[in-house]
Amino acid sequence: MARAVKNKQKIINTVAAWGIGLLIFFPVLWTILTSFKTEAQAIADPPVFLFFDWTLENYAIVQERSDYMRYLWNSVIIAGVSTLVGIVVAVPAAWSMAFVPSKRTKDVLLWMLSTKMLPAVGVLYPIYLIFIQLGLLDTRTGLVIVMMLINLPIIVWMLYTYFREIPGEILEAARMDGASLRDEILYVLTPMAVPGIASTILLNFILAWNEAFWTLNLTAAKAGPLTAFIASYSSPEGLFYAKLSAASTMAIAPILILGWFSQKQLVRGLTFGAVK
Amino acid sequence: MATLHARSAARLMMAPAVVLLLGWMLVPLVMTLYFSFKRYLPLRGGDLGWTGFDNYVRFVTSSSFWPSVQATLIIVGGVLLITVVLGVLLALLLDQPMWGQGIVRILVIAPFFVMPTVSALVWKNMFMDPVNGLFAHLWKFFGLAPLEWLSQASLFSIILIVSWQWLPFATLILLTAIQSLDREQLEAGEIDGAPPLARFRHIILPHLGQAITIVILIQTIFLLSIFAEIFVTTQGSFGTRTLTYLIFQRVLESQNVGLGSAGGVYAIILANIVALFLMRIVGKNLDT
Repeated sequence: MARAVKNKQKIINTVAAWGIGLLIFFPVLWTILTSFKTEAQAIADPPVFLFFDWTLENYAIVQERSDYMRYLWNSVIIAGVSTLVGIVVAVPAAWSMAFVPSKRTKDVLLWMLSTKMLPAVGVLYPIYLIFIQLGLLDTRTGLVIVMMLINLPIIVWMLYTYFREIPGEILEAARMDGASLRDEILYVLTPMAVPGIASTILLNFILAWNEAFWTLNLTAAKAGPLTAFIASYSSPEGLFYAKLSAASTMAIAPILILGWFSQKQLVRGLTFGAVK
Repeated sequence: MATLHARSAARLMMAPAVVLLLGWMLVPLVMTLYFSFKRYLPLRGGDLGWTGFDNYVRFVTSSSFWPSVQATLIIVGGVLLITVVLGVLLALLLDQPMWGQGIVRILVIAPFFVMPTVSALVWKNMFMDPVNGLFAHLWKFFGLAPLEWLSQASLFSIILIVSWQWLPFATLILLTAIQSLDREQLEAGEIDGAPPLARFRHIILPHLGQAITIVILIQTIFLLSIFAEIFVTTQGSFGTRTLTYLIFQRVLESQNVGLGSAGGVYAIILANIVALFLMRIVGKNLDT
């Protein structure tokens, strides 16, 4: 009897959750579907859902017409390099704060967090001016630097929360066994730190990929990443839904896939360890 | 000796990160402050000298200031209300036993990974377009006249788009918090015959308190500076010019840097008030 009730409840839960999940996912699904339609089908009245002549031509058109590859490459470079440089800078800092904490560690961490809270628009002109002076406007180098700096607090924080979970006793044990500092770092700490570092890289790559204030304001045709590429569709000419969808699908697909692997890290990274 | 050595090594290891962030914070901040006290129009005469607090006064007395504050508050408030309420409900649902929970989670989290320019453009064209948008088809299906969403219900449309982007974030964090709830406590409540609503009010909600606070604070900080969603939809027209967008227009579009910088200082102060609360919670958490 109780089991039947439970099963019934489970069915209701399942139907409700799937319904809501599909509803929330629908705009993404619709974009992906539309990207395989012809422009005429994309604006058909009534809308066609699944039964249309699937075509890949939008993908071909978008690629050859708008240098999609250049924007994609810019996104990869900007998000990738800024994340890696950020990691190189942040690992030693997070490391020392986690393993050699001092009285000021907490203040330093909170101060770093506070720099993340600085609204970008408040410092837009100074950065713009510095970029012009240094010839960094519309360059990948410039964006790598900015992206690295805006994500550095999150990188340090994430790494710090991961490193803090590595028990200090293991280090002592290794030292007692006569491990040198080099051995200690190479064979004991690194293997334990790698998962945390990997998660941090993943989340920050996503954040940098999707960043759309500095990328829109500091780039033009040359160094623009995919955020800027998509924004160029905001003043369209003629039929363009299917092409917009194809471009959008290509811009979000890599991150959707990466993102699905990083759900847990997302919570840790964006709540600064306050929710686990 | 060893600890002294370790400590100076630690300081050295922290130095690059600290120096970089210090530079990133101070240099632009000082420049913004400097410009905010100047009459500075790069395209119309350049640096026209000091003006004291003139820019600060002009920024808040300009006719677009209060509407922009209002738009900001409505958008931030609306998105917070929708994402927190729906986020709690959705997190409760996802916590229940069901089939295919992992896939549902993936479906729900997806919008968070869609870049802001894509989600704004997809919503603007494929859903809210008054002729070809899906909403227009839906409205016609029910015999209603299609709405021009982004002009007739502009603020609501922006709230809808931004809520869609942030609901996954709220849901995921609240779900994580619910899952850390003590199961035995809930079961005890169940055995004692507490109805579901009472269990929610007296056991779950208090437990979620901190997570909800954190969701509100973090979202507020991000929502105060939403930009792309307005940039590619309404460009600040139809009453959607937020404080962030107003400052952007002052600085880059009309190139009135002094005035825009004064606005920037206001934005920084505003964000810092919110940040202060967040930091207190995060700081408390660090001690334990």
